[in-house]
Amino acid sequence: MGAAVAAVDRAAFVEWLERVGDNALVLGHRVSEWCGHSPVLEEDIALANQALDLIGQCQLWLGLAGEVEGQGRSADALAYLRDAAAFRNVLLVERPNGDFGQTLMRQFLFDAFHIELLRALKASSDPRVAEIAAKAEKEVAYHLERSADLVISLGDGTKESRNRMQKALNVLYPYTGEMFHDDATDKAVAEAGIAPLPSSLRAAWDATVREVLEAATLTHPGETYQQGINGAGGGKRGVHSEYLGYILAEMQFLQRAYPGAVW
Amino acid sequence: MSAATRPQIDEIWRWLSQVPDPEIPVISLTDLGIVRDVVWQDETLVVTVTPTYSGCPATSIINLDIEQALRERGIENIRLERQLSPPWTSDWLTEEGREKLRAYGIAPPIDGTAADGRLAGRIARLAGSSNLTIACPRCGSTHTEKISQFGSTPCKASYRCTDCLEPFDYFKCI
Repeated sequence: MGAAVAAVDRAAFVEWLERVGDNALVLGHRVSEWCGHSPVLEEDIALANQALDLIGQCQLWLGLAGEVEGQGRSADALAYLRDAAAFRNVLLVERPNGDFGQTLMRQFLFDAFHIELLRALKASSDPRVAEIAAKAEKEVAYHLERSADLVISLGDGTKESRNRMQKALNVLYPYTGEMFHDDATDKAVAEAGIAPLPSSLRAAWDATVREVLEAATLTHPGETYQQGINGAGGGKRGVHSEYLGYILAEMQFLQRAYPGAVW
Repeated sequence: MSAATRPQIDEIWRWLSQVPDPEIPVISLTDLGIVRDVVWQDETLVVTVTPTYSGCPATSIINLDIEQALRERGIENIRLERQLSPPWTSDWLTEEGREKLRAYGIAPPIDGTAADGRLAGRIARLAGSSNLTIACPRCGSTHTEKISQFGSTPCKASYRCTDCLEPFDYFKCI
């Protein structure tokens, strides 16, 4: 274990790694639900590939979470054997897929955050975090390019596609604030130089979102109520929407019913 | 395997250059640039491999193929290590590998467009400039268009030639 681990509360580090890993896992699972259902074959393939990237990244993050935790839990154990309240993903990524526009808007709003997070993590004081971030950043740059292009094409598209994109934006925007909300865990890992404070990523995200929404001729929702920040709720604290339970029921069934099953 | 009888490192690299990529068998693992190091540590051969994409399903097959190829050559003690850093880039594809891809019908990645280059391309495109020119691997025409940023494997995108009208795979720059 390096110096960084000694300098930070281990539980906070594990919790933070679970947040990053669970975001990738839950969004990866959501996107994979499109496999075989997309409007066109190329999009079906694109979504499946993105799901694969995210689940691959989740394996790295949760693998490290298990290593830092030091209780012998693997990435698989963390993904398959935790209950909903132990998941630490933000509410945005567990939102239902809705229509294709809603899926893409969710992807864009998350990708624009994800890229800024990974870029900052490349300078992490923990080399294991920095190298996973450097790997994932290249993949996520590609995701953002695609989701931004499609938000622009569909926003600045037909009347129908524009309406759907605007509706998707209005529904999802209240779930974006949680990504930038700093809590005690965030502050502990930031002080150790492991990760940036989420709030420090906000300005760059805002700039990307404004630029793309403008090109897409969509109306920015402005200041709206933000979910998961006030009171005791929020995915980062393990208080999820009911949707996560359905995701886990499907994702975890096999390992729960047949413990230890392998391919 | 004692120091006197164990195969030379150069020889082992040559063996590895004959192990095909499981997804694109026309190129080898060394063409792809994913074998990062081969070294003897006492009696054990340590082969360091880096994944192309973090979720590439071929990764575990690649490890099995490496192990099998080396066992067939009589090496018994093998350890495979995963190395994430520096992350794999399509710039590591060998010249030979690029030609093999082209001959197979997959447009090879355009040099120097990995990471920063691609972002520069996006900025240029937002500013109204044309995108990078990708030549059709069948007829050589540069009149091509992107169908999708993704393709049949994580490492490829889908393109179409507007002259010969054939669709083709383009090896993504990353």
